[in-house]
Amino acid sequence: MNYLNSIKIALNALKRNKFRAFLTMLGIIIGVASVIVMLAIGQGSKKSIQDTMSSMGTNLIFAMPGAEQKGGVRMGNSDAQSMKLSDVEAIEKNCPAISDVSPEVRSSGQAVLGNQNWPTSLYGVNNKYFNIKKYTIGRGRSFTETEIQTYAKVCLIGQTVVENLFGKADPIGQSIRFKNIPLLIIGVLGEKGENGMGQDQDDLVMAPYTTVQKRILAITHIQSIAASAASESQNEAAIEQITASLRLSHKLKTGDVNDFQVRSQSEMVQMFSSISNIMTILLGAISGISLLVGGIGIMNIMYVSVTERTREIGLRLSVGGRGNDILLQFLIESILLSVFGGVIGISLGIVATQIMASIMSWPVVITTLSVIMSFLVCSAIGIFFGWYPARKAASLNPIDALRYE
Amino acid sequence: MKKAIIEVKALKKDFYVGEITVHALRGVDLEIKEGEFVAIMGTSGSGKSTMLNILGCLDKPTSGSYFLDGISMGELSKNELANLRNIKLGFVFQSYNLLSRTTALENVELPLFYNSKIRSKERRERAEAALEAVGLSDRMHHMPNQLSGGQQQRVAIARSLVNDPVVILADEATGNLDTRTSFEIMALLQDLNQKGKTIVFVTHEADIAKFMTRQIVFRDGHIIREEMVINRNNAVELLKTLPIEESV
Repeated sequence: MNYLNSIKIALNALKRNKFRAFLTMLGIIIGVASVIVMLAIGQGSKKSIQDTMSSMGTNLIFAMPGAEQKGGVRMGNSDAQSMKLSDVEAIEKNCPAISDVSPEVRSSGQAVLGNQNWPTSLYGVNNKYFNIKKYTIGRGRSFTETEIQTYAKVCLIGQTVVENLFGKADPIGQSIRFKNIPLLIIGVLGEKGENGMGQDQDDLVMAPYTTVQKRILAITHIQSIAASAASESQNEAAIEQITASLRLSHKLKTGDVNDFQVRSQSEMVQMFSSISNIMTILLGAISGISLLVGGIGIMNIMYVSVTERTREIGLRLSVGGRGNDILLQFLIESILLSVFGGVIGISLGIVATQIMASIMSWPVVITTLSVIMSFLVCSAIGIFFGWYPARKAASLNPIDALRYE
Repeated sequence: MKKAIIEVKALKKDFYVGEITVHALRGVDLEIKEGEFVAIMGTSGSGKSTMLNILGCLDKPTSGSYFLDGISMGELSKNELANLRNIKLGFVFQSYNLLSRTTALENVELPLFYNSKIRSKERRERAEAALEAVGLSDRMHHMPNQLSGGQQQRVAIARSLVNDPVVILADEATGNLDTRTSFEIMALLQDLNQKGKTIVFVTHEADIAKFMTRQIVFRDGHIIREEMVINRNNAVELLKTLPIEESV
């Protein structure tokens, strides 16, 4: 007997029990569809994190105060005041792998314009910061070196602040007040949108760091340092150079613990990617379980089917079917069930993913790999769970099978 | 001298049920020639079913020899036996054993599916021819549940004919049918026999055995009587004598 005949026989057998075949496939359909959807969501969130992270600049490096020790007492990070402007200057001098570096001081509060107000964050930075964080100047200008040195009361504002305080009016040349300090708006930042964590990157005000330090926060230290490596490949070198420079300027001895942390954006990308990888695996595993249950459903039905069709098996054996022909017939039946179920499940999964993407605007990515994998897993399930019932059918004694009531 | 289709010598078959050995056949010699229509008779437990299983290559004897159309089945493997059944034998069962929700034509095609030498076109043609031979050319696409018992048995006979076997083995083929339908089936089998088919028919009904050319009676694993049928009944003529009743 050839395979084509076996497939025909199996198809005929399934056609005789269409509704049952469909119910049996349902387990596989749901399993595969959920695997496809879950993997699409996982992959999608990973990709969107990666995209937004790299839009922030993959050669971005931060340095911030870390765990501090004072006379053997370990302190928290938040109130550490260990970073100074001199650290920034040292980095500028000592680190050839760094192209730009800026101090960063932050304050949050209400930005007030006349009777309007809007809660936002004020960033004190230098004029290289725009390059480092990939901000563009939409209109107006950046602050000058002189403005930094004279603690000038100037600022640039993000699109969200423009919309909330000015509406359609032109903000340039007007003043807003932040903690009662009037700041002249000299520029508007280009729109940047949300970052990977859903944070609005346009909801901010930028002023010279000196202005924020002296006029608003009244501090002399800085809160963190933002820098960018000359190129992505120089990330590692840049981190090492910054670390060395900071250790030198903080006068740490060999063996002392760093009182600061240096992180690069690409490290963050990797971290978030690995988090969403774990998520993807988790989601995939959960839906994989439903696929397994579907497989067991097939096995169950195949067992019932073998018992129910004992006389048919006896007849097939008596008219010249060999054990292997019977084995093949039942195996092909279960493979057809799982593969059909798989194909329907894959299509359903793709459709569901598209619907989810359009209705809930979730980022989804269907990879060819996940489709091929689900398909292969389905075929494997068909073979694996069909084998034992098929074996049972093939090993029946024709005489007993013919007389089975 | 016609050639022998079935040659059985000193055939024994034992079954082991727990520690007890059941001697189902205790040394049977039998020869069936081409063109014969043989009745195998006997009460239950006489060994006639065991005999039929062995003749049908579904079971192997404990000892003794069996030649089917010149082939010794003692040395054949399971798969070779299946092949032999596929090419040389046709089965007709008491309970028809048709596949449900499968057309008559597809039921008849079934044995040919297991013969890889036969293409689908030839398979269809041969099945149609076999159904025509049993007078069911107008019922080819009916499902078994749309056919009467007699028609279902005709489909089963067509199925046994489709591979052009050297012998048709019928096991109580009229056991589930009323007298009239039984006679109709016997008329069909007599007709096939007339055209040269060798048929072995297991039955316990003496009436039915009267339609055949030879009777072989089993008891306790032996053949106790073997005789040619004198005054053989003709099913077609007997049918005419039956009172006309509304068809079922």
